[in-house]
Amino acid sequence: MAVAASTSKILNNVEAVRETLYEAMKSDDRTVILGEDVGNRGNVFLITKDFVKEFGEERVIDTPIAEASIVGIAVGMAMEGLRPIAEIQFADFIYPAFNQIVGEAAKTRYRSNGEYTCPLVIRTPYGGGVRGALSHSVSIEALFYHVPGLKIVAPAFPADVKGLLNAAIDDPDPVLFLEHKKTYRLIKGEVPDGHYTIPIGKADVKKQGNQLTVVSYGLYVHWALEAANALEQEGLSVEVIDLRSIRPMDRGAILESVRKTRKLLIVHEDNKFGGIGAEISAMVAEEALFELDAPIRRLCAPDVPAMGYALPLEEEYMSSPAEMADAMREMVRF
Amino acid sequence: MATTITMPQLGETVTEGTVERWLKKAGDSVEKYESFVEVSTDKVNSEVPAPVTGTLREILVQEGTTVPTGTPIAVIDEVGAATGTNAPGTEPTQQVANAAPESRESMAQSANFEPVPGFNIPEMPVKHVGSAQPVSNGHAVVHQGNGAAAESALRGASPAVRKLAREHHIDIRAIRGTGANGRVTADDVLTAARMGPAAAVGQAISVGTNFGATGAPAAMPPPAATPPKAPATPGPGGTSTYGEPIPGTLIPLNSARRIIAERMVESKHTAPHAWSMVEVDVSNVWKWRAREKDKFERDTGYKLTLLPFFIRAVVESLAVFPLMNAKFTAEGIAVEKNVNIGIAIGLPTNLVVPVVKNADKLSIKGIAIASGELIDKARRSKLSADDLQSGTFTVNNNGANGSYASAPIINGGQAGIVTMETVVKKPVVTADDAIAIRHMMNVCLSLDHRVVDGYVASGFLADLKKRLEGMGPSGVL
Repeated sequence: MAVAASTSKILNNVEAVRETLYEAMKSDDRTVILGEDVGNRGNVFLITKDFVKEFGEERVIDTPIAEASIVGIAVGMAMEGLRPIAEIQFADFIYPAFNQIVGEAAKTRYRSNGEYTCPLVIRTPYGGGVRGALSHSVSIEALFYHVPGLKIVAPAFPADVKGLLNAAIDDPDPVLFLEHKKTYRLIKGEVPDGHYTIPIGKADVKKQGNQLTVVSYGLYVHWALEAANALEQEGLSVEVIDLRSIRPMDRGAILESVRKTRKLLIVHEDNKFGGIGAEISAMVAEEALFELDAPIRRLCAPDVPAMGYALPLEEEYMSSPAEMADAMREMVRF
Repeated sequence: MATTITMPQLGETVTEGTVERWLKKAGDSVEKYESFVEVSTDKVNSEVPAPVTGTLREILVQEGTTVPTGTPIAVIDEVGAATGTNAPGTEPTQQVANAAPESRESMAQSANFEPVPGFNIPEMPVKHVGSAQPVSNGHAVVHQGNGAAAESALRGASPAVRKLAREHHIDIRAIRGTGANGRVTADDVLTAARMGPAAAVGQAISVGTNFGATGAPAAMPPPAATPPKAPATPGPGGTSTYGEPIPGTLIPLNSARRIIAERMVESKHTAPHAWSMVEVDVSNVWKWRAREKDKFERDTGYKLTLLPFFIRAVVESLAVFPLMNAKFTAEGIAVEKNVNIGIAIGLPTNLVVPVVKNADKLSIKGIAIASGELIDKARRSKLSADDLQSGTFTVNNNGANGSYASAPIINGGQAGIVTMETVVKKPVVTADDAIAIRHMMNVCLSLDHRVVDGYVASGFLADLKKRLEGMGPSGVL
């Protein structure tokens, strides 16, 4: 982490995104923000409030409700030298832009034999636990992590949000930047002032432990930490790794931890089948089978089409710190 | 349903087998995978696991009888089937071609010895087996009894547990698990590994008993890793066995003993043995080993004995004297291409000579690990047919029990066999006529006089002596 300034302040995740975007707009006039309600409305979470007044309508662009156009236009901007930051208002609406992300942005460098790059950031709030029902709760990472050429970042802490969003903006290739909306105002933390980056593809051990490795990202990192800290009182030592980046994935950090603890639990909010946990499990089985002292376990969403609106359905779909603690306890004692 | 068990084929080329011992008698119940009979061929001794759970209804072949592979040897009634009757609609008997559910190959490897000439006992540079919870008989390994539970512990062992157990030479079945449902955890293995050496002090070294000598084998501590062959329980009247000889009784020859006898006679009668001995100053090697042994054991899990240093010197000398790495045939002297060193290992009831393949390509460390593995496997009856094949020269670490000189019998048509005798501190007159206290060891050579004469043999011994004396007191293993 290259920290330019020694001062810092306490921000929540919304404020961390806002500050980073503001500094990017300030420091580089190639930076453009486009999306639904990012201008006059100032984004539905007020992340870009008043940006349009300061930077003008040509750099803070309110778009029609047309996600394919948002990303398609942003791809063109990026290929021609701008630094667009496209916003998909909720990740649930990203599907119309699938072709522009997967078919165009992710393949630009390869298709043009390196002549063009696509320095594009696509920001989108994702995740549940906010009574968002079918259209405001989805996790989309597994739909995109199969795609080489696309980086996916999902930080959980304000300082990581800023460092990784800066890295995403600086990156010469497309980055899908996922912001868990339940953490937006829930999670606060110290954020260094000024410009700094955290390398994409680097996980962070948020809690050290030696009896079990828990790998997660997003909101569930916080819940996993809550569970692991509670288990500390029972004398159980659990290590919690925050992936921060989903692709590229920090295989080294996972393997190093698993080689120490010999047990691996993956928790994520996205569905289990074919999820990020499946890739991690396969990787660990390939690389470290003979270090494992227990079957790898995944605690993930069930295979149902969406998170329901009714609270019992949402709770059933989501995990909880208590559920995570139970799984951790079983695995440590296995 | 009744299942007929047939004589398994214990090897690619094997056509018949001998029922060595019934581990169950008619009427006993057997668990699936539980060993119920021991069979042998001239290559392999193996316990045969039951293919089904049930009752051993009938024994069709008596102990000591040799039958062709595929011959029915027993009938097991599966659990739930009424004895002697068959449930309507089921097959009357199910022929099980290979009694074991395992492949022929794995069966052939399950327990295995190929006895050969050479009659002495090497030191056992084998890591002790420890137990998290020392068991009642004071020995770390509990192969005997509760076989089913132990085997299930083995099958449930995680990859990490298996790997650690392998690295530390620990029998998973001997460990009391602290995990869920008594599962053996990786930490349990590490704990056992840490406790191992301390727990095993005083019982480890004399694994072999010198069955060529007059000493009473029963006086020796039982091996720390007895193969899972329950000692025969003396019946009414008492049964004398090799492991528990009873004065005034006759021990029936098992096939291992018979083959050892045949091959000893064959070697001694066909190869005219000549014998020679040199005295070697091993003080520097001794110092070198002393300096390295703790770290070596920590790093590899194997004890560092004098054996790998000795083998290294032997292969270097063989390179200078290729005639010593040769064999007499009717067509001529077959000079071997490879240098594969057999290590004679005495076990309580037999002798095995596993082979360090291409030992001339290995460093001292490589030899130490390879021989450590083989010795470990030998003690656990896990040597494969391959481990025992292709030896071109044999080394016998004979000094462990204090032997000062010995005349070994040449192994399987090779040109020679050398022994390392006991290392003793002696006053020695040095080159400048001073008297010094040095570590001295005799090296004895038996040679096939058809292959080489005294000229070559003494040259070989002199070269070997020079190399051993030039080794150490430091260097890279």
